[in-house]
Amino acid sequence: MRGRGWIESSETQVRARKSGASAPRKGAVTTAGFSPDGPLGLKAFFWRIRNAAPSASSGQALKGPLFHGIVRGPARLVATIFLMSIFASWTTAQVTFERLVNSAKEPQNWMTYSGDYTGKRFSALDQINLTNARTMVAKWVYQTTATGKLETTPLVVDGIMYATAQDNRAFALDVRTGRPIWMYQRQLPGDIRPCCGRVNRGVAILGNKVFLGTLDAHVIALDAKTGAVLWDVAAADYRTGHSFTVAPLAVKNLIVIGISGGEYGVRGFIDAYDADTGERKWRFYTVPGPGEPGHDTWEGDSWKVGGAPAWNTGTYDAATNQIFWPTGNPAPSNRGEGRAGDNLYSNSLLALDADTGKMNWYFQFTKHDEHDWDATQVPVMIDVMTAAGGKHLIAQADRNGFFYVLDRTSGKLISANAYGKITWSDTKDAEGRPLGKKEASPTLEGRTVCPGAAGTTNFMAPTYDPQTALFYVTARDQCDTFSTAPQPYEAGHAYYGSAYFPSEEAEPYRGFLKAIDPATGEIKWTFEHTSPTWSGVLSTAGGLVFSGDAEGNFIAFDAAAGKPLWHFQMGGAVYAAPMAFAIDGKEYVAIAAGSAVYAFGLP
Amino acid sequence: MLATKHYFILVRLAVFSLLMTAALLHADDRNPLAGNAKAAKAGEYEFRINCALCHGLGAHGGGRGPDLTRAVKKHTHSDAEMFQVISNGIPGTAMPANGTNGQGVGMTDEEIWQIITYIRSQEVKAPAQAVGNASRGKELFHGDANCSLCHMVEGKGGRLGPELTGVGGSRTREAIIDSVRNPSRRLAWGLTEATKEFPQEYETVTVVTADGKQIKGVTLNEDSFSVQIMDASEQIHLLEKDKLRSFQKTRQSAMPVYGADILSDKELGDIVAYLISVGPK
Repeated sequence: MRGRGWIESSETQVRARKSGASAPRKGAVTTAGFSPDGPLGLKAFFWRIRNAAPSASSGQALKGPLFHGIVRGPARLVATIFLMSIFASWTTAQVTFERLVNSAKEPQNWMTYSGDYTGKRFSALDQINLTNARTMVAKWVYQTTATGKLETTPLVVDGIMYATAQDNRAFALDVRTGRPIWMYQRQLPGDIRPCCGRVNRGVAILGNKVFLGTLDAHVIALDAKTGAVLWDVAAADYRTGHSFTVAPLAVKNLIVIGISGGEYGVRGFIDAYDADTGERKWRFYTVPGPGEPGHDTWEGDSWKVGGAPAWNTGTYDAATNQIFWPTGNPAPSNRGEGRAGDNLYSNSLLALDADTGKMNWYFQFTKHDEHDWDATQVPVMIDVMTAAGGKHLIAQADRNGFFYVLDRTSGKLISANAYGKITWSDTKDAEGRPLGKKEASPTLEGRTVCPGAAGTTNFMAPTYDPQTALFYVTARDQCDTFSTAPQPYEAGHAYYGSAYFPSEEAEPYRGFLKAIDPATGEIKWTFEHTSPTWSGVLSTAGGLVFSGDAEGNFIAFDAAAGKPLWHFQMGGAVYAAPMAFAIDGKEYVAIAAGSAVYAFGLP
Repeated sequence: MLATKHYFILVRLAVFSLLMTAALLHADDRNPLAGNAKAAKAGEYEFRINCALCHGLGAHGGGRGPDLTRAVKKHTHSDAEMFQVISNGIPGTAMPANGTNGQGVGMTDEEIWQIITYIRSQEVKAPAQAVGNASRGKELFHGDANCSLCHMVEGKGGRLGPELTGVGGSRTREAIIDSVRNPSRRLAWGLTEATKEFPQEYETVTVVTADGKQIKGVTLNEDSFSVQIMDASEQIHLLEKDKLRSFQKTRQSAMPVYGADILSDKELGDIVAYLISVGPK
């Protein structure tokens, strides 16, 4: 488990760019005063005409809002043709599916929740590196006016940042200044039922639209240029405990999104909506209905309120057209009585066909979970050779304390190794999957089990750095006493069937950043935080790993050695994951902390 | 027209507020489930789910929340007050409003009444005769037992340890005795992040500064890069960890263990009686 409107506009201007040699990029909106930042092409051309020395040539000056100044002589004709081409392409998409698939070609942008479809949360930018990281400074801070934790990962596309805050605020910022371009806030009903704070983890972007899942279980499309609502569809009834906190994922022309509400006994699902119209194209129920495979893993009617929500963003493999999406706990979360069986597809990784939502394979991490160990961690596609073979792999550091590596074509388990303190399992099945012990099952009197309900990790995004070939994850060692509490299902009402609290005998909670070698499961280095953190992790080609802590620090680590190189005190605890982008050829790293978004760069 | 409209709005507002007042009075006046054994049982489970994290199983107090089995409570007397506190929380404390602790979902009015019924069923009547001699306890606290060197009560005493004016109202007698006999035990209790402000609670630190000076004290706060310490003479030291020659931290309390050889059961009983006497009146 585990999360009100005005618009402010600013003068906007049109400009265009061309990416590399191939497909022309479509029109983009920026704030006034932007200068070209692209490597080559029309933007560079624009830069030249804007900066042409006025005194050096004869001829008429072309003045106008588009040019911020004067364009002279021969440039005029070209500029006119150029202008026409902008308006010709005005109505077409900015962020195409092709751009998302080929995001590696534009490391200056961060266009999906995890930075790319593989979920690596790795930035190829290397301007900020091992040598100069210690000189980093805060470039700007944007205060969201929201109270409560921020879990958002900002997206950045062509100089504009899109992020979210509490109560379904969404906003667009000028990435150079942090100044808002527009702000949106949903008018939420008074009786919404968020599980764990009124949080949101971010938006998806496709075409000229930004997509947001709301706490009242709607999916909405906003105009990327104005924040105006373009379409709004209800996915489910919020009064029965459905909500969205997840950042959606844009795949082809679909907006893929997973429901929250495992604490209310919803029947979980993953939906895909047509990005243009909001029409639902498919739905995959994570709890199979009568007649469907897996239905017999539920006792009686328990499947109807079985949970298995899907509240964290999955990944996508364009080569096989598969979406990998993880699922959460069965309901009630800590009481297995009444739902005998494995409870498929709770706490599983699902491989779904992107076009149809049909399941190709699944892998269940925790069978018949009684400890609230949602498997809703980002599944990261990695391509490494392990001792057990493989190459096209998918890795997930699970809340239950094991680091799993699977073959992503078949879902077959390659390895599972503990990466934190665990007491719930001491055996594995024939395939190598850790199995739970009977003595870890909660009782009325309470039983102490490690990890605790918060898990060894949770929703905080991990990162995989292809340069060090290491997987970095925020981890915690904490044990809880799990006690059952019989609780009947009541629509729209909490359905935990349990309680958990710090064990009296337990050690203090400990929090870490760990570097795991996916080929062996070995932990290469560990940094111990002062206390456990909910921050995600970013790796960059500069040899760095970035993460935040509960005390409000944003920290740059040496990715190979785990040594902190730089930190900045942001004044608020971190519940979000960092990302990186570039503008004007300058690299930035951004993260949300407290109720603000921070951007850092070199002096 | 405008005036008429305003008039109607005013009437509507007046009627609305009357209705609201009536509703509130009705809802919060008295516990409709008072004494209902079935409601108390349901309340026990609701308590486990919503309250036990801080107030402990059986409402005996946890790492953070007060013992609720005491008949006299610090913030509430009547059932109606208790309903208000559960619904709205207590500003300035870790007690959150219903449904806002970041974990739970919120309880219905009926469930809150069930919890109150349960808490009432768990209350232990205060003995008619006070246990211990409070005035003797006061002398000991501020005198021979040396408690006030580090602890403050009603404005008198030291700052190194926790302020204890309210402790008699929020902890059981047993818990206070335990924390005197085994002062380090309490330090091992973790805090959950939802309402965490400081990760440390009176951990003991010893540092050696770059110029070789040793400082020993308790942490006021700490992060991975800095630490704020109070030493035994109540001096505050603000230190950057990377400039220290050494930094050692332990969850052994700076408070000495008061065994029966130092403080007899009777003397300790008197001190506890004093702490309880300065609790809620």
